[in-house]
Amino acid sequence: MSISLRVGILVFPGSNCDRDCQHAVSQVMGAKADFIWHKESMLPHVDAVIIPGGFSYGDYLRTGAIARFSPVMAAVTRFAEAGGLVLGICNGFQILLEAGLLPGAMLRNRSLSFLCKDVHLRVENADTPFTRRCKPGQVLTLPIAHGEGNYYADQATLAKLKARNQVIFRYCTKDGEVTPEANPNGSLDNIAGIVNDAGNILGLMPHPERCADALLGNEDGRLILLSLLEAIKSGRYAPKPVLAHNVS
Amino acid sequence: MTKDLIVQHGLTEEEYQKIVTLLGRELNLTELGMFSVMWSEHCSYKSSRTFLKKLPTDAPHVIQGPGENAGVVDIGDGLAAVFKMESHNHPSFIEPYQGAATGVGGILRDIFTMGARPIALLDSLRFGPLDSPKNRYLFSGVVAGIAGYGNCIGVPTVGGEVYFNEIYNYNPLVNVFCLGIARKDRIFRGWASGAGNPVLYIGAKTGRDGIHGATMASDSFDEGSESMRPTVQVGDPFTEKLLLEACLELMEQDLLVGIQDMGAAGLTSSSCEMASRAGTGIELELANVPRREPSMTPYEVLLSESQERMLLVAKSGREGEVLDICKKWDVDAAVIGRVTNDGFLRVKEKGVVVAEVPARALTDNAPTYERPADAPAYQDALQTLPLELVPEPKDCNAVLEALLTSPTIAHKGWVFEQYDHMVQTNTVIRPGSDAAVLRIKGTDKALAVTADCNSLYCVLNPYTGAASAVAEAARNLVCAGARPLALTDCLNFGNPERPDIMWQFILAVEGIADACKALQIPVVSGNVSFYNETRGLSIYPTPIIGMVGLLDHVEQAVSQGFKAEGDAILLLGETGEDLGGTEYLRAVHHREQGTPPVLNLEREAALQRVVLQAVEQGLVRSAHDCAEGGLAVALAESSLSATNGPLGAEVVLDRHGLRRDSLLFGESQSRIILSVKPANREKIEVLARQDGVPCSVLGFVRGQRLMISIRDDRGGTALWIDRTCDKLDTMWRGALRAALDTGEGGHA
Amino acid sequence: MKAKVSITLKRGILDPQGQAVLHALSSLGYTGVKDVRVGKLIELDLATHDRAGAEAEVKAMCERLLANTIIEEYRIELME
Repeated sequence: MSISLRVGILVFPGSNCDRDCQHAVSQVMGAKADFIWHKESMLPHVDAVIIPGGFSYGDYLRTGAIARFSPVMAAVTRFAEAGGLVLGICNGFQILLEAGLLPGAMLRNRSLSFLCKDVHLRVENADTPFTRRCKPGQVLTLPIAHGEGNYYADQATLAKLKARNQVIFRYCTKDGEVTPEANPNGSLDNIAGIVNDAGNILGLMPHPERCADALLGNEDGRLILLSLLEAIKSGRYAPKPVLAHNVS
Repeated sequence: MTKDLIVQHGLTEEEYQKIVTLLGRELNLTELGMFSVMWSEHCSYKSSRTFLKKLPTDAPHVIQGPGENAGVVDIGDGLAAVFKMESHNHPSFIEPYQGAATGVGGILRDIFTMGARPIALLDSLRFGPLDSPKNRYLFSGVVAGIAGYGNCIGVPTVGGEVYFNEIYNYNPLVNVFCLGIARKDRIFRGWASGAGNPVLYIGAKTGRDGIHGATMASDSFDEGSESMRPTVQVGDPFTEKLLLEACLELMEQDLLVGIQDMGAAGLTSSSCEMASRAGTGIELELANVPRREPSMTPYEVLLSESQERMLLVAKSGREGEVLDICKKWDVDAAVIGRVTNDGFLRVKEKGVVVAEVPARALTDNAPTYERPADAPAYQDALQTLPLELVPEPKDCNAVLEALLTSPTIAHKGWVFEQYDHMVQTNTVIRPGSDAAVLRIKGTDKALAVTADCNSLYCVLNPYTGAASAVAEAARNLVCAGARPLALTDCLNFGNPERPDIMWQFILAVEGIADACKALQIPVVSGNVSFYNETRGLSIYPTPIIGMVGLLDHVEQAVSQGFKAEGDAILLLGETGEDLGGTEYLRAVHHREQGTPPVLNLEREAALQRVVLQAVEQGLVRSAHDCAEGGLAVALAESSLSATNGPLGAEVVLDRHGLRRDSLLFGESQSRIILSVKPANREKIEVLARQDGVPCSVLGFVRGQRLMISIRDDRGGTALWIDRTCDKLDTMWRGALRAALDTGEGGHA
Repeated sequence: MKAKVSITLKRGILDPQGQAVLHALSSLGYTGVKDVRVGKLIELDLATHDRAGAEAEVKAMCERLLANTIIEEYRIELME
């Protein structure tokens, strides 16, 4: 992987997968990974942004509710509106929902307990910058670790997500069947990850950065990170320079 | 000072007089409060100190032994492993979620205080049986509290152990262990050196939380304890995460002289201990202490146990930089005093002296006791096990199923799936194996961690039980492929003022000391928790051993699950008639008696050498210690722990004149089950023979059933255990959840 | 002026905490409970005495931060 690729990793007070993402992107995947402090109101030059997992602001009030008001999130919004790639993992997904960059909201796990384990995911759409290395219908194994991953959206939003192929990952059995038993948290329609309408923002609950390194026994997460880095390299997702107030 | 006041503060008349002699005057109330916490059993170790000196603490790789916030050992590559274990039993009984959460918070601070980034947590838990709603409430509350704190701060909880026994009904145990990694040349200590240096307070604001928590932990429980909730501290893992990052950055910038967590006895203990270690004094101005509540008295500010606070001594003139870094992390910070050279802890409130005592009077001058010790009258009866009263089981399948579903042996997924055990992406071997293994980024190495103690063995024979805890912890590390480096202990006992408890304690410490010497493992940190007694009933002696081992090559990490069809299954070590104190006897025959399995430390050391050599030569595919439930349970666990679903086994055991139950379910020590490629079998046999370790081929990994036959001494073979793996797997993995779901209403 | 903001999950959204409490209550013998909703209570101490202004401001706080109106509803109570 070319050394010129730069991924920015946001750091909020309470982020705790920031260093894991940095390790996966730089040490495992060979790209550059820089931390971006939540008080920054401008992004440095980066080709993509990862919003890592953790408990930003202690997850107090609601997961992601306070982080979305950090100065850096305004910058991320502008970056995304200009077409830049944004990947939100776990708490990052929750922040994207609270920020309105992705539709829907997160509820507590149906079991009311935090759950950390490997789950199976079916790739529902392999034609995105985050899944281009996967095959449609491919079953991946990724770990989850969350207390609030129970995705919710109203019927109209769900219909729209489905119609536009915005559901990217669903929880499934190891054979790829989407069943209620394979749903670890009660998530609507077994949804584990979605993209926005424009297709440049992905939020997912499972942690690709935790299974990118062969040493940890599973490399399925590489496919997602590799897709992201190759998408950047393709040049199709370079954020367009924007003037203030001109974000269309 | 009235007698009542002195008694209320947990001090005896003699202790009070000793203080008066030390000071040459009467105390004021604030000073009485300070002595009451510092001279409590919890802070002073007054009943245990003399005996703890027997523990071996030296080895060439030990950088810091007991006496600091945590122990430190050299692991090469310029790095050090920093670790400690502590109890939070009493607070967890009063309020399980917060008690356990603040226990985790406290042990984390002990580790990052030393300059280490915490990389793993373990928990040793003991509860009464789950058929009581109260115990279900305590168990689920404690697990949720550990999860709530550890998950939020982003330190993986990678293992531990849980036992259930009636003896813990009114006194559950919550022991938390933390491991961190530091640069060897940047270890920080709790030293207030350099007169004139500023003393800073950083972290959460002070409230009235937990005042007299330390004296609470030094008192037995009574009926009124449940109404003590207001003194329980509430944990804030978010603030601790900020405090952690701020402290590590302060250390990175080289701004600090010394640092200590404000744990039990808060500002009092941190300040007098730091001064006392450095031979200096400290002068504090309480008006500068950040506060959460109005009109707190000096007494309350000094004794508050509000969580997530640190006391620092900064380099003179650098306090501005310290304050800036704290501001960056939104952590409250204030200069609250300075180091002096007169040896006094002098406390002022708005310039007026409110307490003034020699720092060492609070610490080093605390009394030590050699309390009377005597074996309890019931000890002989306890150790008597007439085997003729224990019928040999006719249906061994049923016994195996009973053991696999006993909550103590059952799969602990319900517990560790609530813990984030993967964050930091170092967890190479996850919870559920003999030891968890964590790679050390930037090196080729890994650390293995485990916590162990069988308290039933300990009540039957405190010496053997405690030595066995050390041996088992080391054996677990060896099974993971790691060389044991050092241990931390958390010694949970009843009331030391009772001779039988003191007898248990002294023997247990001797057992640990002898095992440590034989296995060459130093003790580098530890904690004593006495007064684990409610309504006159003491817990079983429970000296929990937390141990850390090193793998030079992370790729060599071994887990307990079988790996491939056709592999040979080997037993290293020997099975004897060891039924005393077994889980089999307890769960099936409802007897807690006998002598615990014999432990021969020389054999243990030889066994561990052989297994380590075999792992280092790459000969071992899986390794598993035979512990509770014996050979049959160990084989089942290896079978059911295979990575991609169970792998069956066909095994034949030679009877050698033993009872069937001893053979299958006895808990003879110093035994490890290996699975190896058939081609490597002989190499292991050679290694074993060289060290005089018995090695027998039990059978092969094969099919989808667990089949165990016994060959009697005349050569006839009978199949005693035969079950599908799927059935055993469902039972084993489902048992804990089933036990929690039985009965209604977990809210006691 | 003080404001109390009560936040609960919207009707129609499964409230597993509420269900767990309902279950626990019924096991304790309180069988007459038909439904339970668990929510949050946020107390604000406001510098103003202007009731209408306060109401509008707290409503704005709820919409922006205190509640997530995709899943939650809120009720504001003002007291002198």
